[in-house]
Amino acid sequence: MGMTMSEKILARVSGQSKVSAGDIVWVKVDIAMMHDLLGPWLVDAGFRRLGGQLFDKDKVVVVSDHCTPPATVQQADILKFTRDWARNQDLTYYYEFEGPCHQVIVEHGHVRPGRLILGTDSHTCMAGGLGAFATGIGSTEMIGVLLTGETWLKVPETIKVVWEGKIPHGVYAKDLILETIKDIGHAGATYQSIEFSGEAIKDLSIDERLVLSNMAVEAGAKTGLIEPDEKVANYLRSKGVDEELDLIRSDENASFSRVLYKDASILEPQVACPHEVDNVHSVSLVEGKPVDQVYLGSCTNGRISDLRIAAEILKGKKISKNIRCLVVPASQQIWMQANKEGILDILTEAGCIVNMPSCGACGGFTSGVIGAGEVVMSSSNRNFRGRMGSPKGEVYLGSPATVAATAIEGKITDPRKYLSMEVR
Amino acid sequence: MSFIIRGRVWKYGDNINTDIISPGQYMSLPVEKQAEHAMEAIDSTFSQKIKAGDILVAGSNFGSGSSRETAQMVLKHHKIGAIVATSFARIFYRNSINVGLPVVEIDTSVIQEGDDLEIDLLVGKVINHSQGTEYKGTKLPEHLIEMVKMGGLEPYLAKKLNIS
Repeated sequence: MGMTMSEKILARVSGQSKVSAGDIVWVKVDIAMMHDLLGPWLVDAGFRRLGGQLFDKDKVVVVSDHCTPPATVQQADILKFTRDWARNQDLTYYYEFEGPCHQVIVEHGHVRPGRLILGTDSHTCMAGGLGAFATGIGSTEMIGVLLTGETWLKVPETIKVVWEGKIPHGVYAKDLILETIKDIGHAGATYQSIEFSGEAIKDLSIDERLVLSNMAVEAGAKTGLIEPDEKVANYLRSKGVDEELDLIRSDENASFSRVLYKDASILEPQVACPHEVDNVHSVSLVEGKPVDQVYLGSCTNGRISDLRIAAEILKGKKISKNIRCLVVPASQQIWMQANKEGILDILTEAGCIVNMPSCGACGGFTSGVIGAGEVVMSSSNRNFRGRMGSPKGEVYLGSPATVAATAIEGKITDPRKYLSMEVR
Repeated sequence: MSFIIRGRVWKYGDNINTDIISPGQYMSLPVEKQAEHAMEAIDSTFSQKIKAGDILVAGSNFGSGSSRETAQMVLKHHKIGAIVATSFARIFYRNSINVGLPVVEIDTSVIQEGDDLEIDLLVGKVINHSQGTEYKGTKLPEHLIEMVKMGGLEPYLAKKLNIS
């Protein structure tokens, strides 16, 4: 019996030639990632009680992104604590005000195929889009990782999701993952990995693959992997990674707990409705729902390709007077690229507000939280009650195209009528 | 951490996620302030009525969403005795064990609000004194029993790293 990608990575980091789903293994962590809100200020006391010695200052990456820019004194205190901690520990890699951690660690080359990455955030699984085994852990568990570089993991079974066919006009990675979550259910992949494969996945850019992996946790999954290929190698080379990469793949005879076959060619734009990510419907069923705010951003869908799609739709148009449209590029690098391409001008002229890269309103932290009775159409990853502010608000999730089209009409809108046939 | 827990049941439904237990907008506040807002999206009386030793009972997928341990912190602040659910989200379950918050998986459909439950954590047995019934729940995985007996990950690490 062969091994899945997950089994191969966990075999390597546990120093074994073969592991199988269900095995409990002690693993050596390649990258331990923390952000400001669930990082140093929560782990420091326990870390110091246990000696306060980092296992490797090159392998601990800290990103301040949730409290940036601070909206309250408490957030400013957390940000300062995080910055001072990184300095005192002499960390090689500390980033702040650069954007959400999951995007920042991808752009800076920390995420590589075959690596084991643990982070104090549930969307750490996004790194699976480049072929890393990446998953979220709690702050207490991170204390052990910081001290020893190790922890235990149960080798997960893998659900293989095969997306065949060509993705149609106006349909994007976000629509694929929402449909996948609808199918699997919000807890259907609990304790398991998801491996995305098939023609439609191979066709996706790196930007779009990251959308799928980012949201694997919304089906309960431990991680969401995509087989790395030359696109991944080229991307990492462009980021200055010159080491030989382990383009890991599942064996032909690997064992999967379940294989789902999906046809991308018949998929329509999808929307996740309040208050669960698996409450997914075709856009036609929710079209016309009035919104108060539109949010284009987040680690899920704030990358340059997302902003290009929005600009294509919004160029020369005005957003509805009844709403505000917040644009949050997923990193400073993306912000600069969008600026260079004139995208920020197009969006601003259409009436959008461009905010700085951060976790912002996606998690209800800063810069655009919603009040009671308000409705948001968002390109982010979670629509739980209270997620973006008031528990009496409502969050709908969709692709950047659906979000941009909704901004024009002030109500949930099928983006296809605003797209020229050449866009995809 | 005691392995026999007995307390009064507060019953909730499915998919009690971490944004409900620990809303993002309060996460930068001190834990006692955060705790005032625990569960308020679905039960505005939670933080007033909950008493030390009470047992939270819920349906499937308890603790889904974020890896935030503030969810455990606010429930521990209210001195919740244990959480009994039909199923837990993965990261929440793991974090609970790491911080010594007892979690047990059983089919909770017949348990009623106000029931008097007794849990034997190590063998995964739950006695419902109100209904005179007994349920067999999931047992802790063998490799975690030693850690739970020691009170969570930090004491376990202290021993492993030989720190007194």
